[in-house]
Amino acid sequence: MHPAFSVIFLTTLIGIGQGLFLALFTGQLYALAQLVPLQDSETFYAHGSALALVFLIAGLIASFFHLGRPERAWRSATKWRTSWLAREVIVLPAAMGLIAMYGAAHYLSFTKPLFTVSGVLPVDLTLLIGLAATGATFALFVCTGMIYASIRFIREWATPLTIFNFIFMGGASGFVLATLFSLFEAPELVALFGFWAIILTTAALITRSISLWRNANGTPKSTIQSAIGVRHPKIVQTATGAMGGSFNTKEFRSGSPASRVRQAKYLFMLLVFIAPLALLALALTTISSSLAWPLLALAFVIQYAGLLLERWTFFADATHPQNLYYQSM
Amino acid sequence: MTQLALVIDLNTCVGCSACVTSCKEWNTSGEAGPMTDMMPYGEDPTGTFFNRVQTFEIGTYPNTQTVHFPKSCLHCEEPPCVPVCPTGASYKREEDGIVLVDYDKCIGCKYCSWACPYGAREIDEKQKVMKKCTLCVDRIYDQTLPEPERKPACVLACPADARIFGDVHDPQSEVSVLIREQGGYALMPEWGTKPANHYLPRRKQEMHIHADELERADNPLSKEDLKIDDKDITSVDGFGGW
Repeated sequence: MHPAFSVIFLTTLIGIGQGLFLALFTGQLYALAQLVPLQDSETFYAHGSALALVFLIAGLIASFFHLGRPERAWRSATKWRTSWLAREVIVLPAAMGLIAMYGAAHYLSFTKPLFTVSGVLPVDLTLLIGLAATGATFALFVCTGMIYASIRFIREWATPLTIFNFIFMGGASGFVLATLFSLFEAPELVALFGFWAIILTTAALITRSISLWRNANGTPKSTIQSAIGVRHPKIVQTATGAMGGSFNTKEFRSGSPASRVRQAKYLFMLLVFIAPLALLALALTTISSSLAWPLLALAFVIQYAGLLLERWTFFADATHPQNLYYQSM
Repeated sequence: MTQLALVIDLNTCVGCSACVTSCKEWNTSGEAGPMTDMMPYGEDPTGTFFNRVQTFEIGTYPNTQTVHFPKSCLHCEEPPCVPVCPTGASYKREEDGIVLVDYDKCIGCKYCSWACPYGAREIDEKQKVMKKCTLCVDRIYDQTLPEPERKPACVLACPADARIFGDVHDPQSEVSVLIREQGGYALMPEWGTKPANHYLPRRKQEMHIHADELERADNPLSKEDLKIDDKDITSVDGFGGW
């Protein structure tokens, strides 16, 4: 498939935003369980939510560049009963709204407990909004993943692994950013976020490796024989029905040679997983030194660059059965 | 329930592309138009087509067959492109089963084209909306046209009569009889999309002549040379004793 930069930026940027919010709320839950000290509502939670929103908004803006008729984008929420794309169009602003409310509730210090569960668990407004926002964030991951996983014709995408990859890679990049963010705003949480960033990056490494292996092994369901209905092992296309290229010869191909796609796979494995894991481990051992923030910043930037490449490969590596009809030019 | 569709006879298609040009001519100036061409006289011309004729070579020389393969939207009975559309611009008509795109609702996200295994949809580079074969919906119901002309433009243009239009749900229609009796098949049946359009296979015409058809065993001219007893001659028509 042709890698569209609008969609590459959309999925990677909202992944960071979603992951960062999940990190913030994880911090709040840990504080609630009194495992880590409670952070300042305004500087940590409100600023953190604002940062997550910046990434979500940037992703939303990127998505508009994918549309031929962006002025009609409002229509794209109508068929939510059948279309995962329509569901994403609804869930994305909903998650953004809830995260904004979460940040606002913290900013306005709505942290007085509303009620107490079993006499030990104080529940305040930020916790309730945070829970709802967490649900919306995961729903958004599922919607984004299902947009691709629900297309059964594209073998490389039609697997639950697609959803897990989106969750773990988005989560990993968000937690890496949270580690860097907490270095300035909440130094007590650096180890917690760094630890989770390593876990999520490792989880993403595992699921993405399995999906790479799965895509490399396996046979396409359709063949040229079933495509034109002629039973003969040797069928060669001599004309595609177009002198030059057409939409069909551009949209469904990576436009890059297979060798470059293969190189991209090796490179993103290094940039998304190996390098950030090493940098995170190094940063966590030098938390108190002045080396920590450049290491974490480098980990975030390298991983994001790798994620752009990973998403590019996600498209470039996907094969579409319609290409059977467009084999020769 | 009506399901309008085309039956394409690969046995008679000569690959002249008359269906391609007549489709473009009718639809670019009709309701579904324009079908924009980009740089038609440039180095890398491209454009929107609802119908293309492709060519495949089957086998290895000298045992080869050239198959001309016209391909347009198959108007699937389970169209995978319809439910994925986020706006409802892509829809299947209840009354006649034609799959259409509402250009006023389409946002040009291309998601439906990803969900079509046949590559039947093409985005219009200028109008930025998805386009596809309409089965000439603006023509087949046009009461101002004489009855025989209420057919898709490609069907009317085909000089080899390789394209037949009709209701595949009516068991007595011309298309249904052809599918039933001439081995009509659907493309990529493995996906369960149930394409309404069907293709008739290449059928090689071979003549079988038996030796006794060339020379009758009881031919009176050759009979005079026979030295064997009449009783041993087997005859095809039972009048061997002539």
